[in-house]
Amino acid sequence: MSEVPVPEAPAAVLPRVSARRPVLVAVATLVGAMVIGVSVGPADISLPTVFSALAGHLPLIHYHSHTSAIDWDVIWQIRLPGVVLSGLVGAMLASGGAAYQGVFRNPLADPYLLGVAAGAGLGATIVIVESSGVDVSQVLPFAAFAGAVGAVTLTYLVGVTSGRRASTASIVLAGVAVAALLTAIQTYLQQQHEPDLQGVYAWILGSLGSASWSDVTLILPYVAVSAVVLLLHRRLLDVLRVGEDEAGALGIHAARVRLTVVAAATLGTAAAVSVSGLIGFVGIIVPHTVRLLSNASYRVVLPVSMIGGAAFLILADVVALNVQAPAEIPIGVVTAFVGAPFFLFLLRSRRTGVL
Amino acid sequence: MSRTTRRLMLALAASTFGITAVGAATISTSLPSAATTSASTTSYPAHIAAANGTITIPSRPTAIVSMSPTATEMLYAIGAGTQVKAVDSYSDYPKNAPRTKLDALTPNVEAIVAYKPDLVVVAGDTTGLTAELAKFGIPVLSDPAATSLSQEYQQFDELGQATDHLAQAKAEVSKIRGQIKEIVAAAPRHSKPITYYFELDQTYYSETSSTFIGQVLGLLGMKSIADAAKGAASSGGYPQLSAEFIIRSNPDYIYLADTLCCGQNAKKVAKRPGWSVLTAVKDGHVVGLNDDIASRWGPRIVDLLRIVANSLRHHSST
Repeated sequence: MSEVPVPEAPAAVLPRVSARRPVLVAVATLVGAMVIGVSVGPADISLPTVFSALAGHLPLIHYHSHTSAIDWDVIWQIRLPGVVLSGLVGAMLASGGAAYQGVFRNPLADPYLLGVAAGAGLGATIVIVESSGVDVSQVLPFAAFAGAVGAVTLTYLVGVTSGRRASTASIVLAGVAVAALLTAIQTYLQQQHEPDLQGVYAWILGSLGSASWSDVTLILPYVAVSAVVLLLHRRLLDVLRVGEDEAGALGIHAARVRLTVVAAATLGTAAAVSVSGLIGFVGIIVPHTVRLLSNASYRVVLPVSMIGGAAFLILADVVALNVQAPAEIPIGVVTAFVGAPFFLFLLRSRRTGVL
Repeated sequence: MSRTTRRLMLALAASTFGITAVGAATISTSLPSAATTSASTTSYPAHIAAANGTITIPSRPTAIVSMSPTATEMLYAIGAGTQVKAVDSYSDYPKNAPRTKLDALTPNVEAIVAYKPDLVVVAGDTTGLTAELAKFGIPVLSDPAATSLSQEYQQFDELGQATDHLAQAKAEVSKIRGQIKEIVAAAPRHSKPITYYFELDQTYYSETSSTFIGQVLGLLGMKSIADAAKGAASSGGYPQLSAEFIIRSNPDYIYLADTLCCGQNAKKVAKRPGWSVLTAVKDGHVVGLNDDIASRWGPRIVDLLRIVANSLRHHSST
């Protein structure tokens, strides 16, 4: 795929920034998070054992590992898919959040703005309450994904037909209305089926504790396509920041860019939440942290949020799985509990303009 | 009835009545109704010391509403079935019990009163049901989740006393005692405890050896892997485990109490990522149980024990 051609922006508006250093820092953080992710768990497997096991299973390396079959099983079937899935979901939620903030030019926008969360929640709830006596774990992701995509489609249709033209404001308002409606239906359904309340609740608060390689392969295509599209549009998001008329003057079809970016971010987010549940805060906290620590250009914010979001969620999952091990805390609770104070601290210590 | 509700009900019942139940669930012998009459009949008004205090039943009940699936099974087992007018939506055994839409978790007072009951049996009360029904002069007998077999036997006695079927209640208890003794005697002996993972739902909630079910399986010399979990005590014996914890514990046996609610079985367990290396999976020691029997403390506890004992016959390391 080729880069989307971007006209040169006025130098005064968009200072040339190097993305190299923030990206390197983010990658180092991600690698550290992954090491922690594979080596920390309720089963006490030492770090050397983990690496010896991984080395022993690398192709082309003739190294004999003494790890027991069970330990290897824990590392390969439980921990690694968990780390990879957390990484994919975190990358998607964080970069999706950054993209939404750019498109809607609103610092509080997150990937759930247009109804993804409400739709996914409704889809999952319907499956959980309407099917008693069967194993729903295989159907759940598809129902949540369908709900999420359906909700955003509804928002878009309502938004574009409600005003004289499809302004971002009318779409955001339509999103609020659709989310409220779907949440009402979802709440009604869960109250009608009290026996399933805990199942619904657990899904809504999010969990990556039972991640498997099949979850990874299920969402990988969506997340990959979405990530590529978002990264290709990172410069265009910078141009949109200066305003619609200015962007138009530069020969950019602002509405088309917005639609493409929102569609890609939504599709990826829908796939992510379909396997993870509704993990909040990642889409807001990670991009803003990146902005506060480096700079606000989307050339930097998008890729660094993507990598940083992966690292953040991997670490959040380590906390979720180990604080009360072997019991699991909902990861959505961890992201909010750890994320919110950290974000406030950053805001206070670095009073930089956000967006 | 889903797995999670059952756990919720157990937890509710345990937390509400756990402490009082131990001391109070004996039939008061100082009261004339219990002491002077023969063991076979109850004289009314009857005073019964139950988990929720001493309750007075003015006359032989003929319109009982049971809001507890276990109590429903017990009432029918002691021959009081004909006196039962309505049972809650989860009381699915025996099949001829008059099942209604009454919700045991959030009981609706008006709906219960509509049956004009003269006795309501519950497994716990978190919504003030007892006080509400008292306004209508309807006695409420609480038989919360038993924490031991002797508590289960006491509840049989209480229900027998309340419904004028004490002799049958005592007979049922001695039948259960005898069957349990027989099963345990016939079970193979092992030099070291057989370990097991007892699955309550797909989020790996489990039971320790000190729970009611844990004690019953303990009669066969079995030990739950959940005992070693950090939250074992604070969760009231029902901690949540993780796949990693279960795999690392490598239990000899896996018992699934989420077959009816969630369609789990040995084949599905073998297909779970990472579970194929487990000894229990490789040896074919993954046993599906009836969720309902495994979560109640009624007459069918014998069936559960028998299934578990039979599964041990194929155990190699005797």
